[in-house]
Amino acid sequence: MKMMIALAAIAAATLTTGVASAGTMADVQARGKLNCGVTGGQAGFSAPDASGVWQGMDVAYCRAIAAAVLKDPKAVNFVPTTGQTRFTALASGEIDILSRTTTWTFSRDVDLKFTFAGINFYDGQGFMVPKTLGAKSAKDLNGATICIQTGTTTELNLAEYFRKNGMTYEPVPVENNADIAQKYLAGACDVYTSDGSDLASTRSSFKNPQDHIILPDVISKEPLAPLVRQGDDQWADVARWTLNALIEAEELGVTAENVEKLSTGTDNPEINRLLGKEGDLGQQLGLDAAWAKRAIAAEGNYGEIFAKNIGEKTPIGLARGQNALWNQGGLMYPLPFR
Amino acid sequence: MAMKSDASREPFHLSMLFNDTRYRARTIQVLAFIMLVLAAAWLVDNTVRNLAALGKDFSFGFLWATAGYDISPHAIDYSSTSTHARAALVGLLNTVIVAALACVTATILGVLAGVLRLSDNWIVARLMTAYVESFRNVPALLWIIVAAAVMSEAMPAPNAFRGENPTTSMILWDSIAITNRGIYLPVPEFSLSLGQINIGLSVLDLNSVAIFGVLAFSLLVRRGLVKHAQRLQSATGRRPATWWKSLLVCTVPMIALFYTLGFHFDYPALKGLNFSGGLQLRNSFIALWIGLSVYTGAFIAEIVRSGILAISRGQTEAAHALGLSSGRTMRLVILPQALRVIVPPLISQYLNITKNTSLGLAVGYMDLRSTLGGITINQTGRELEGMLLMMLIYVGISLIISGVMNIYNDRVRLKER
Repeated sequence: MKMMIALAAIAAATLTTGVASAGTMADVQARGKLNCGVTGGQAGFSAPDASGVWQGMDVAYCRAIAAAVLKDPKAVNFVPTTGQTRFTALASGEIDILSRTTTWTFSRDVDLKFTFAGINFYDGQGFMVPKTLGAKSAKDLNGATICIQTGTTTELNLAEYFRKNGMTYEPVPVENNADIAQKYLAGACDVYTSDGSDLASTRSSFKNPQDHIILPDVISKEPLAPLVRQGDDQWADVARWTLNALIEAEELGVTAENVEKLSTGTDNPEINRLLGKEGDLGQQLGLDAAWAKRAIAAEGNYGEIFAKNIGEKTPIGLARGQNALWNQGGLMYPLPFR
Repeated sequence: MAMKSDASREPFHLSMLFNDTRYRARTIQVLAFIMLVLAAAWLVDNTVRNLAALGKDFSFGFLWATAGYDISPHAIDYSSTSTHARAALVGLLNTVIVAALACVTATILGVLAGVLRLSDNWIVARLMTAYVESFRNVPALLWIIVAAAVMSEAMPAPNAFRGENPTTSMILWDSIAITNRGIYLPVPEFSLSLGQINIGLSVLDLNSVAIFGVLAFSLLVRRGLVKHAQRLQSATGRRPATWWKSLLVCTVPMIALFYTLGFHFDYPALKGLNFSGGLQLRNSFIALWIGLSVYTGAFIAEIVRSGILAISRGQTEAAHALGLSSGRTMRLVILPQALRVIVPPLISQYLNITKNTSLGLAVGYMDLRSTLGGITINQTGRELEGMLLMMLIYVGISLIISGVMNIYNDRVRLKER
């Protein structure tokens, strides 16, 4: 009899626990940690360094958000995801934000019910081959065996490109980056196809990077963007404007080094608004006035993050190209802070 | 006695539901059932509400949208412009193919190892013990990955076959190429093909229909021959030799058919970047097949051993007393009796193989889990529908296997009258 009552009580308790949570930001602040979904390891974008600390472009963005929201750039749980698990992880609430070289596409935005925070890297799909293969262009790849990451836009672009050009290929689907590098190096596939940034990153991790070339053909547009669940506008705003703040900071010449000094007030009203000296932009976001200052202080502005992780002086060695600021011939165009 | 009948006539109280042993068992069952239904209802309600909160609906319409990705190998016609439903079907066929092959090889391996483990030869028995214990105690996934790694790391790339002085060459008179992308085999072809006819989902190859027809005819004739020999043996005590007649009946019509169809082999050859022509057994397929076979084979060996040990020693002694050799004793006396112990656990092993094919994901084998449960779910965001559908399909396959095996079990079971 007593056990019966206990069971009934447990059943009743379970029935009442499906209460919907408040906003994601409140959840994050209550938890004191930001759960950030990243790749399992892609040098320059997100990978743990020798001492186990996560480093990279995508990582720096999460640290900036943690600095803005939690006042501590280290208060981030990095959750490694694969191409196949990332969307489920975000939709199910396992992570608060996905910062993982994810292409902004119509169906992901509209059908999968996500909100993209803005493009943090303009990319395009390319092909990497060993020099010994002798291929000069993607058109030489008819009949090739190609390694691809499954669950990506890459897979669809590749099928479409080869069909359009009347060529055939043999797909070798692989679940994560590390496996692809190993398979490709062992010669189990002739070609590795992925976003250009990923190819450069993967090549940088090879023992002899100079033995491999990235073909000049770029077969798709891949605007990479961090994303959050649809329906939480406040959280989406935080994600969007933190990214914007990092790019705006580069445009205004605010760096990790001088942000402290500039935040005490300058004669440039734009800098004053961004760093919380004038206006109440932080309050409008539900944060304090110094949110952007902390975000920029975390790992620097967009240009600094780029240069430190994937720029020309790093082993990955990517030029700014399309990812330069709009006033320097690139596509990075921060929205006005006013 | 009187007391008891009085008690049953006592008017019914609600408290008797718990206090009276006659009702208590039922009450508990009813309550447990109600709780189970409530729990299920809560699960469904919670799912529906969460889906609504995410702004998603529940629909299988995505199955008819264009898949957009390529799958290889595909047993039926498939291209990236086919639908997700067809992609799932291709995946399902890949699952069935590798599961069926692995069941066959695991059984052969298992029966051999199980019988040999009981061998009187010390070395053979110990070798088999080592095989069983090492393969049974390491996860299947590791064996699959080991097989894949050996194939892709240790075998030469197609490039090594090229040039004036290739570093490696094809084996068996240049007919089979073993590369790090798989094994290329010659495949039979017919120059005077009967053609194909389209039947709904797939095409029917008339050549194979003809081959199966001739094979069925040969087997039927052979059965008649054996029956005739048996009749003669019971009537006269002398059994005529049938082996050469059987051989003739089985080979001559087939050879005649192959000759009229213009049978020849299509050999794999280096063309462009890869071998083309022939049949390619991909690395992922070989790894999954070998991995599952050796892993499950170890379990089947144990099942076979237990089945044999279950047969009384007297049976062997009796057979030996009749003058039967050890091999014939095993084949004609022990194994048939052991089958009734072996078959039920064997069914579970076949189910395990089928379910374990989903580990092919780790080596990039495009089975049901990789197509419907992987890429399709990922591209369409229909996790719930995809997973439900996949579970339904796996349950279906498992029920079919266990149904068929149960029919077989009924046939080999000891008949008690």
